[in-house]
Amino acid sequence: MAQKKVIALTGNQAAAEAMRQINFDIAAVYPISPQTELMGFFAEYVANGEVDTEMIAVDGEHSAMAACIGAAAAGARVITASAGPGIAYMVENLYVASGMRLPIVLLDVNRALSAPLSIHCDHADSMLTRDSSWISLFSENAQEAYHNIIMATKISEKALFPIIVNYDGYIVSHSIEDVEILDDETVRNFVGPSDIHRIPYPLLDIKKPVTYGATAQPDYYTECKYQQHVDFLKVYDIVREVFDEFAEIADVKYDFIEEYKTDDAEYIGISMGSSFGTLKDVVDILREQGKKVGAIKIRLFRPFPVKEVAEALSKAKGVAVLDRADSFDGIGGPLFKDISTAVMMSQNRPFIHNFIYGLGGREVKEEDFLKAFDRLERLEKGIETRDRFVEYLQVRE
Amino acid sequence: MAKKRPIALLSELASHKETFGGDMPLAPGHRMCIGCGIPPIVNEVLLAVDKPTVVATATGCLEVTTGVYPVTAWNTPWIHVNFQSTGAVIGAIETAYKVLKKKGVIKDDEDIEFVAFGGDGGTYDIGFQSLSAAVERGHNFLYVCYNNEGYQNTGYQKSSATPIGAYTKTTPVGKARVGKQEPRKDLTMIMASHGIPYVAQASPHVFRDITKKVRKALSFKGPKFINVLQPCTLSWRFSPEDTMRLAKLAVETLYWPVYEVINGRYWKVNIKPKRVKPIEEYIAAQPRWKHVLKYPEIVEKIQKEVEEKWNLLLHLEEMSKKLAEDEGIDYEELFKAPEDKK
Repeated sequence: MAQKKVIALTGNQAAAEAMRQINFDIAAVYPISPQTELMGFFAEYVANGEVDTEMIAVDGEHSAMAACIGAAAAGARVITASAGPGIAYMVENLYVASGMRLPIVLLDVNRALSAPLSIHCDHADSMLTRDSSWISLFSENAQEAYHNIIMATKISEKALFPIIVNYDGYIVSHSIEDVEILDDETVRNFVGPSDIHRIPYPLLDIKKPVTYGATAQPDYYTECKYQQHVDFLKVYDIVREVFDEFAEIADVKYDFIEEYKTDDAEYIGISMGSSFGTLKDVVDILREQGKKVGAIKIRLFRPFPVKEVAEALSKAKGVAVLDRADSFDGIGGPLFKDISTAVMMSQNRPFIHNFIYGLGGREVKEEDFLKAFDRLERLEKGIETRDRFVEYLQVRE
Repeated sequence: MAKKRPIALLSELASHKETFGGDMPLAPGHRMCIGCGIPPIVNEVLLAVDKPTVVATATGCLEVTTGVYPVTAWNTPWIHVNFQSTGAVIGAIETAYKVLKKKGVIKDDEDIEFVAFGGDGGTYDIGFQSLSAAVERGHNFLYVCYNNEGYQNTGYQKSSATPIGAYTKTTPVGKARVGKQEPRKDLTMIMASHGIPYVAQASPHVFRDITKKVRKALSFKGPKFINVLQPCTLSWRFSPEDTMRLAKLAVETLYWPVYEVINGRYWKVNIKPKRVKPIEEYIAAQPRWKHVLKYPEIVEKIQKEVEEKWNLLLHLEEMSKKLAEDEGIDYEELFKAPEDKK
């Protein structure tokens, strides 16, 4: 039976704790705020001999991901972490990693992209990864970040796709919360031991030489991508399986999305990451006023749980999609387009509107989301009109 | 170039078991150009390794011609990630091996060697940061640069290894400018400045020298670097059967000195031509470059660069002997091949 203890930890400390317990073979590290101190905490474990992990302090994030690819292909269990511009710098290699079907864990401590330079939170960095065939999980708080890292390790190895665990920079990474920590043995049993044969073709199986990273001409490239496409669709079942297995050790049952008071909700707000707590508070405030509102959090961002979201929105009148990143495409934020697809698939196709919030660490307050619900209702009822689908909350015009 | 002599076929070299001991690590059937200098370099290097070998390769000619899905020419575990990451990739594989062995996950007693190949594009330029960092971290691997002095895989653009005055597609010969404006970068010296156990320059026409250098390199733990000149028939535009002749000429004209450096401290020049051939002969053999013969001021610059570098190397060699003597180290013993050691 799993032993648990509750400790006050920051998000970065909780993540470092998960890394210590999993005892990765390789951690490729390169500092960037707000991820920096995570690897600093982990380096202490390495320095004190509490883990077998070999840290490779590389020359930049591009090399960090390259190191992960090399080590994962060798057969090692690998992790790296970054944020904002660091994620942008490694994007080329993200596609290489997933194309090679390598299990790798990447922690994205979400940060805005330059320019202007901002070290603070938004989800623009993660949106660079959304088409890269990486599995992507978002965490609301330190507890979820800790759980997600443990689950992600297993999901990635079962699916043979790399995986990103997102948690909000500073808001989660640097805030202290109570985090329930599992005992080391339970975590290690859950993820299983190191073994190069966790992947079908380890480079270090010297008796069976394999070629990684071949070039493919037009006669084969499509078939390679099609296999990737088909297998990425299988990720849904694998994620559910691992969520279910994890429920047995952690007494918490995760799902692709988290619904809050959506059963009879007419208006639903959707967000990802740390703002979901604020969103739930706003739902409670509006419920007290007699409004039938609810909220949805996206936990599994890639592959996108389009069916589950469609089902959850099937009875709603209006949906406010809260995006912590802009797409600058004349349509709306990245999450808005994913939710729009789900809306198209839902029974009654509710009215949908997009709000951009929390860019570059802008603090998110209840009044902001109250404003979003209010605007959504007025638009849906025809009291107010719109000439575009997207608008900024919290902005000085 | 009057008398043309065909070089031995690689398959013949490979079957010469006394010399090479059997199977080629890079199988025939790859798609490199006829007369390409890369296959002999790769095979000369890998045949000199007597342990199981994991190979990483930067994007480039070698990569796109040897691993073409769904076939491969590699008889050894092989990985290519991209142009600029090869140092990070080979270093991480070596580290993974170390950790997994320590953990008991890999139980084989036999050691594995880690060898990386990159062209001058992937080594001098886009991959330099990653290589320099991997070398600084001290991973145990050998990096071999096949230096064809330009971006040949994209159809011959300039690299920082391209010599002054040479035509490339990004440095054409026009009315206002004659080819590349800058002299080539000396990467071998830069790598030696990292103070790593072993750095060398080599030429594919002396394969015994490459064999010796690879074995010597692998006798050290830590990062090793060998820079091999690779005449490119396609872009330098010489006849495919002249590859080795060009390589030889590069050495005989002192354009490409063959030497080695231990710990960034002790230098040894391996080939000292008895009669140095004029640089013009080497330039004239390459249509990509021979237009500079019409510009005495450019030839003068090339001549000066070559002479100065050669003199520097000879001085470094003399200095090394003196240094070794002062430190009580046997200079000749230091450079002996592992099998010839006392």
